[in-house]
Amino acid sequence: MIVKSAEELAKKQREISIAEFFEKNRHLLGFDNPRRALLTAVKEAVDNALDACEEARVLPEVNVELIQLEETRFRMVVEDNGPGIIKKQVPKIFGKLLYGSKFHKLSATRGQQGIGISAAVLYAQLTTGKPATIISKTGKDNPAYQLKLKINTQTNEPQILEEAEIPWEGKEHGTRIEIDFEGSYMKGRQSVDEYLKETAIVNPHVTIIYTNPEATQLLFPRAMEELPPEPREIKPHPYGVELGRLLKMLEITSAKTLQQFLTEEFVRVGPGTAQQICQNAALLPNTKPKQVSREMVEKLHKGIQATKIIAPPTDSISPIGADQLEKGLRKEVNAEFYCSTTRPPEVYRGNPFIIEASIAFGGEQDAESTVRIMRFANRVPLLYQQGACAITQAIQATAWRSYGLQQSKNSLPAGPCTLVVHMTSVWVPFTSESKEALAHYPEIMKEIKLALQECGRKLSLFVNKKRRIKEESKKRSYIEKYIPHVAEALQEITKVSAEEKKKLEENLYELLEHTRGELEELTVENPEYDEEFAKIGAEEEDSEQEKEQEKPEKKEKQKKLIE
Amino acid sequence: MAKKETPQENVQVVKKIVDIAEDMRLTIKNQKQPQLKIPLRALSNVEYDANEGYFKLLKNIKARTLTASTIKTFAQTLRMMALSKQLVETNDIATKREAYYVSKNWGEARFLEQPESDTVMDDFEAMMKVNREQIGFIPEEKGGDIAGELVVIDKDQETGKELRIDCTKFGSGAYSVPSSCEHLKFETKAKFVLAIETAGMFERLNKHLYWKKANCILISMGGVPTRACRRFVRMLADAQKLPVLVFCDSDPYGFFSIYRTLKVGSGNAAHINEFFCVPQAKFLGVTPQDIIDYKLPTHPLKEVDYKKIKDVIKNDPFCKQSKEWQKALEQMAKMKVRAEQQALAAWGLNFVIDKYLPDKLNNPKTWLP
Repeated sequence: MIVKSAEELAKKQREISIAEFFEKNRHLLGFDNPRRALLTAVKEAVDNALDACEEARVLPEVNVELIQLEETRFRMVVEDNGPGIIKKQVPKIFGKLLYGSKFHKLSATRGQQGIGISAAVLYAQLTTGKPATIISKTGKDNPAYQLKLKINTQTNEPQILEEAEIPWEGKEHGTRIEIDFEGSYMKGRQSVDEYLKETAIVNPHVTIIYTNPEATQLLFPRAMEELPPEPREIKPHPYGVELGRLLKMLEITSAKTLQQFLTEEFVRVGPGTAQQICQNAALLPNTKPKQVSREMVEKLHKGIQATKIIAPPTDSISPIGADQLEKGLRKEVNAEFYCSTTRPPEVYRGNPFIIEASIAFGGEQDAESTVRIMRFANRVPLLYQQGACAITQAIQATAWRSYGLQQSKNSLPAGPCTLVVHMTSVWVPFTSESKEALAHYPEIMKEIKLALQECGRKLSLFVNKKRRIKEESKKRSYIEKYIPHVAEALQEITKVSAEEKKKLEENLYELLEHTRGELEELTVENPEYDEEFAKIGAEEEDSEQEKEQEKPEKKEKQKKLIE
Repeated sequence: MAKKETPQENVQVVKKIVDIAEDMRLTIKNQKQPQLKIPLRALSNVEYDANEGYFKLLKNIKARTLTASTIKTFAQTLRMMALSKQLVETNDIATKREAYYVSKNWGEARFLEQPESDTVMDDFEAMMKVNREQIGFIPEEKGGDIAGELVVIDKDQETGKELRIDCTKFGSGAYSVPSSCEHLKFETKAKFVLAIETAGMFERLNKHLYWKKANCILISMGGVPTRACRRFVRMLADAQKLPVLVFCDSDPYGFFSIYRTLKVGSGNAAHINEFFCVPQAKFLGVTPQDIIDYKLPTHPLKEVDYKKIKDVIKNDPFCKQSKEWQKALEQMAKMKVRAEQQALAAWGLNFVIDKYLPDKLNNPKTWLP
């Protein structure tokens, strides 16, 4: 065996740039297969567009176009009417991973990490070698400028290939991105079509114009002319801050003392609480932040946990609203019964959050299969990794049988039902960077379950009423079935005339129907339902991927059944 | 062959059926909900009448009002009444099973299983306060076997002439009690009737002509006595003023399912107990005390036996008025054992004939009331 020296090995040891890392691990960002890559690219671009518009308080209008260039090559164009991006910032926003405005603040926006759109640019560059084309305009009097850029994967820095000022007729402000990449377009529940439709459901203030690769234009017009309240940025709550973050915050703070640091950098910490924290951490309040050692930070972290601090303010997040959520669902599902609920704000790890849920039951939905689940986080539809999501697990852990659905132990309920769950928070905890599944925090699970139970109780009222009516009409058919027998037997015994017998039957009808009173009626009227709308994404699932994903789950279920 | 004209005794039954139906028709015409009033057929609705010696029906009535949920039973009961009227008018009969099959012509009102039609029939019978033979329905079950010096006077089915049946002339077989015995007459010189629980014991006593030796009439009940059997024993005992002695296993079932039903009737058929009981019956054995006195081989009591003892002491109106029976049951519960009639064979196959029965007959103090 040849023994290698440390020096030799050192030749191969070098820094890995974040861009290089994701180049190799693109599945972490949702670019693991061509179909999903197409969705992820659209999703990142649309999320950014909507965030930008809302931040600038502009009613969003987003134009999405997918053009099939070759069998497996697509061009994506996403254009918004947002505020535009100043020239200096464009390269970094689109050409540098982990660069963004949202990571360091806490507010309920769609994007969080500053990875998404630059990852899409990187993916395009990897699969086609082509640069991304960005056009942005910040105002009526400003010119639009066009950039072609790539990402230098070694340095994680943008590389501008072309830049020019161009006219952008008819556009006051906005941003447009165009990239070519490898992809695969399929319909179904995990398609771009479905994603945009669901986005429209939970964002009634948004207009989306979508041209799919088949050159069909789908228009999702806005249903309300009001923007949701502006998400307010809040400072972190001490309970939610991890040790590493605390260290970093102490490094960059401008505060002069520990006391000042605590009161200025955190929410819900006044002078009294700050003193209390220092006391519990056995640190002096007038310690200079720069002089706090790692050991001291650890003490401080423990001190925070030992101190009683009021929960963070919850007015920084705004729900979609039970009514709006239900209205969107009515458009999508033609059911007999709808209900929805918005839970009061709660807190996990110092982050305020709100859970909303909605149920559509009966109607045209399949009564035999498991329920359909629609998951949303900060108004973004989650289409992948359903099995790994806290929402799915909370649904499984809820006892649906008492609400009139079928359910075997520890599995999803079955019945003609659609369940919608939305979580909004200043920081949504995802299980991975591709942001498709919520992490299983007990506080979140508990709230989801409570929201589902609230809806479930209303559902059981309806299911019971339906059953009552069914029984009642069964009884009525009973009446009709047996009245002739009663009359005939009486005639046989008493030998009355046929005419008398007929009268007897009439009397019996009157007598029995009368005592039963009016038949309760269940009228189903849903003017909101839009058949064309509902069809989008409801086409046959043709994805192999999907089936493979479900297999292990099924096996597990079978195992459980055997046990 | 059934005769076409209605016999006189049946006219009353027909009138009663028509009255009920007519009353119901008028109620419906007046836009009121008709009711079927049926006496509650359960042990909780009887009392033991010590003077008359049988279970008497109390006044609890189950009123079934015509509503959507009762209309099926209503239709079936009325259909059953119409069938009964037709049977009685033509002096025909139908077994319970046949009545069930007749219902198959009733379309939606047909019975799916025979227990359903039996219940409707029993309710109708209780409503009429007559026994079901009088409304044209007969049971499937056999009445019981008879051996001994008894002449039963029946009618020839074909000619209607008197038919004399000598119960000593059946050799190793026996005379079988008919399902309806209202028309029978008797001639006998026997001193008493011995009603026996098991067919096996009956066979042994018949084989050795015990009826001749003891000058008695042997009746095999084959478990809980049927209505026909009870009626036959009652008529025979009444007509010939004979005492009735009962010979059963020594267990709660023998005491309170077989003996009690023969003597005072059942809760389920309380409306007709008056005719289907044998108040003069006495329990000869095997008593719990006999188990001790004759050192009989035993079996331990089972859970169901203890349950039955407890239930009888608490709820059975006949037991509640009888100190002796309460004592006997408590004694058995304490002994924790039961014994069968055949256990006497442990002392020799004919011990029962040579020793046990003569002993017991000479010692009425060892009987139970």
